[in-house]
Amino acid sequence: MADKHLSTQFDSELTTVSSQVMELGGLVESQIRRAIYALSQFSVEVANEVTANEVRVNAMEVEIDRDLSSIIARRQPTARDLRLLIAISKTTANLERVGDEAEKIARMVLSIIQSGSPRSLPSLELRVAADLASGLLNKALDAFARLDVTAAVAILKEDNLIDAEFDGFVRKLITYMMEDPRMISPSLDLLFLAKAIERIGDHAKNIAEFIIYVVKGEDVRHTTMEQIESVIK
Amino acid sequence: MLHTSTTPVKTKIAVKDLNFYYGKFHALKGINLEIPENKVTAFIGPSGCGKSTLLRIFNRMFELYPEQRAEGEILLDGENLLTSKEDVALLRAKVGMVFQKPTPFPMSIFDNIAFGVKLFESLNATDMEERVEWALRKSALWTEVKDKLHQSGSSLSGGQQQRLCIARGIAIKPEVLLLDEPCSALDPISTAKVEELIVELKSDYTVVIVTHNMQQAARCSDFTAYMYLGDLVEFGATEQMFFKPTRKETEDYITGRFG
Repeated sequence: MADKHLSTQFDSELTTVSSQVMELGGLVESQIRRAIYALSQFSVEVANEVTANEVRVNAMEVEIDRDLSSIIARRQPTARDLRLLIAISKTTANLERVGDEAEKIARMVLSIIQSGSPRSLPSLELRVAADLASGLLNKALDAFARLDVTAAVAILKEDNLIDAEFDGFVRKLITYMMEDPRMISPSLDLLFLAKAIERIGDHAKNIAEFIIYVVKGEDVRHTTMEQIESVIK
Repeated sequence: MLHTSTTPVKTKIAVKDLNFYYGKFHALKGINLEIPENKVTAFIGPSGCGKSTLLRIFNRMFELYPEQRAEGEILLDGENLLTSKEDVALLRAKVGMVFQKPTPFPMSIFDNIAFGVKLFESLNATDMEERVEWALRKSALWTEVKDKLHQSGSSLSGGQQQRLCIARGIAIKPEVLLLDEPCSALDPISTAKVEELIVELKSDYTVVIVTHNMQQAARCSDFTAYMYLGDLVEFGATEQMFFKPTRKETEDYITGRFG
């Protein structure tokens, strides 16, 4: 926050809760990276580590929500402060969901490994989408920390790339299943996994929308790119 | 997108290029403002910004002091009340005022309300009783005082006294009710009752309230004006002012960054 409140205590409460969100974001990012690593190496150990860490994500969400409630009850925030706190609350919820997706990826990796023939699946094809999604989340968190509207708009545009990757992957997977029906069961696991990656991109996009909400005071969810661009002018 | 009301509102008081001086001190600088009818308009701003000064011009309270003068126009239903030849007492019957500290007259609860009515209307005893009951009901005080109407007004609690003053203000059926920090001496429960009353009153009156309590402005007003050092910085729908004010100065003030 560039401008200081008369109450330095209020400033420090806002700083604390903002850095908690960044910490949660960092944890969730590492969960995704580890889950994707587990997929590329078919590592039971790393996949188990991701599922075990999920409780930390959940605990941090609860802690942030508690602190937010306390600030709202004690400070009755208005205007920019109010928008920031609402955005932090929603961003926290989105990050927790990303944590769930990382855990889902880890569980699917374990299931694919148990199916016996993981290496014959086209899992490497997911690499591009996975890198795009984790990169997008990283950018969203970075833009949130700096309340950077221009970066937020770029993220909204980039999410379309992940959606396109996902559609392409689904088509390949269908072909793959038709060629070898014995692989349908592990392929479905891979489909769920691909869907989880695609959802991560959606959550990054939501976070980008909250940045515009904080800075511009406009709710750009469910609007078109033209409307968004007219808002940020 | 922000919700904005599209219903057209009629202007009750239009302030045009208003300048106000306490002797040489220029207290209000070129104020332009339209106060809508049957709405609650709040004036907020730090001490000395001119919000009470502006409120007091609306019923020509300043004329009590020879060194104070107002220039410009204040149109009440289109008529400039600054140049009007109308008796100031009649103006104040149309534009009532309630002050920061409860000011019950040293007489019974009943007479506190009947006193003002008698100045403007000659009602028979039954009509007067009805009027007093109406005003007390309207100001949410009736059930608390109906059995002790002939006790002194000053025997009431602070919150009850303030509601008595509001009852006195509305008993003469004004068109505009000016409230100058009506809750600053009240506890939270009395404050809540007065705020409830303010919202209730706007169906019949145009209410203008000066308050230091920004949350109060946020809770009970439809429009908010932010003033600073004699200037009107921003005026708009309360929802807009507290969610996304246009001016940075307003945002700094309402978020507590002022100073």
